[in-house]
Amino acid sequence: MINEIAILGAGMHPWGKWGHDFVQYGVAAAREALADANVRWQDVSFVSGGATVRCGYPGYVAGATFAQALGWQGAEVNTSYAACASGSQALAAARQKILSGACDVALVVGADTTPKGFLAPAGGYRPEDPDWVRFYLGITNPTYFALYARRRMDLYGDTQDDFAAVKVKNSLVGSKNPRARYRKCFTAEDVAASAMVADPLRLMDICATSDGGAALVVSSLEYAKKVGRGDAPRVVAISTVTPSFASSVVEMPDIATDSAAAAGVEAQSFRSTLPIKAYEEAGIGPEDIDLAEVYDLSTALELDWIEDLQLAPRGGAAALLRAGNTALGGKIPVNVSGGLACFGEAVPAQALAQVCELTWQLRGEAGDRQVDGAKVGITANQGLFGHGSSVIIKR
Amino acid sequence: MLAKPQLPAIEGWHTMTAQPHLIGSRCKACGTYFFPKQEDYCRNPHCDSTEFEEVQLSRTGHIWSYTNACYKPPAPFIASDPFAPYAIAAVYLEREKMVVLGQVAAGLTVQDLKVGMDMELVLETLHETDEDIKVTWKWGPLAL
Repeated sequence: MINEIAILGAGMHPWGKWGHDFVQYGVAAAREALADANVRWQDVSFVSGGATVRCGYPGYVAGATFAQALGWQGAEVNTSYAACASGSQALAAARQKILSGACDVALVVGADTTPKGFLAPAGGYRPEDPDWVRFYLGITNPTYFALYARRRMDLYGDTQDDFAAVKVKNSLVGSKNPRARYRKCFTAEDVAASAMVADPLRLMDICATSDGGAALVVSSLEYAKKVGRGDAPRVVAISTVTPSFASSVVEMPDIATDSAAAAGVEAQSFRSTLPIKAYEEAGIGPEDIDLAEVYDLSTALELDWIEDLQLAPRGGAAALLRAGNTALGGKIPVNVSGGLACFGEAVPAQALAQVCELTWQLRGEAGDRQVDGAKVGITANQGLFGHGSSVIIKR
Repeated sequence: MLAKPQLPAIEGWHTMTAQPHLIGSRCKACGTYFFPKQEDYCRNPHCDSTEFEEVQLSRTGHIWSYTNACYKPPAPFIASDPFAPYAIAAVYLEREKMVVLGQVAAGLTVQDLKVGMDMELVLETLHETDEDIKVTWKWGPLAL
């Protein structure tokens, strides 16, 4: 139990396209988390921020930016950048600080303001930057999602109707989430009528980019007991492992995979390695999981994640979906927050938002989205340049 | 008026020959291939070599997966006007045991493609400037 910390509070600024400064979202989320935790800002001794690279210098030093906005009070600060896993790395930094005994209570915050449309790289002629290269050659984020989706169709017999069913499922439960950006219940016909973006994925199969902010107040287990919160949900595992050479799946933003030609090297899938360390660290297995929040950048990717988390055998996620077992009320509900389908991606906040949802679920406070008897939840996400995370929360 | 010269969109990434090849590198110690070319350090964790040879990669392979771009990508992509959608293929090279992405030759759509289909490297225009035509590698069906 030496590796565990308590989650005393969770907070979020609703996701949307509000167009405000990202700091505003972070502060709102932080204040909600502090109030939820019943912790005074003055009692926080470590502020761990998830960086945003789209909001100038304040975004690069997000931990300090949030600390200044809440009012300098001498706390130490940290800023983590790990693409889509930034929030988890910021949480991991807070965990280390707490477990080392250097801090009792930490505040973890991520927030972003996103531009419209595709996320684009910096300009110039920069062939040394793989992100620049792939955009120059006409390869965008949906390209990669669509390549994976097409593989599912070819290898496992998944259909576009299956992908649409993921959107329908997530929009139904997301309609009950006041923090979600998209709260309309969509039908399979709505998905089929939306424009093709990257065959086989349509506009409604692919997540948008959003503004939003999420925050957690975390503490040592001793502190939690001291303030009468010994029963608070606990972070029992954080995996932020990097890929293993040689990768078999072409990953954003690369134009090619590693070569597995060297003797004794086997090609591996990065996504599936992320939860392995989390399960090991928590000392549990996929059979112990009550619900999962996974990074559905596309509808088809939710199905990949279900298999990567070993909640279904490889190729078996669509069967789980078709039987209703990944929906609220099913055997293993997935993305009962509504997922990225209903939120849209706010990069440095997203991994924390997943943990916020699990926190409320494990406390039995998720209202119409509540998974009955939820005791153990897992998150999973993946971002650019070998970043990804999987966090396990237990109560 | 003279025809514009054809130049590679990215210098040194492929040959400009009729039967084009991507230009990669191969670690002299462990045999791992790299594309784009790697000449400074081997990324195989079991190898610390700094010796590489430039190699032409296999110019044929089979489709690992495929899709298309129905919407104009943002800069630095330079789109034709009006934008013409194009297919994209991820092609597995057997000898190199690696997958390389690229646009699919003009005129082909996703309906023409299948996972496992044999493909070969071709050169086509990526965009034009006032002075020249920038060409890049694309994947086309293997000519039998």
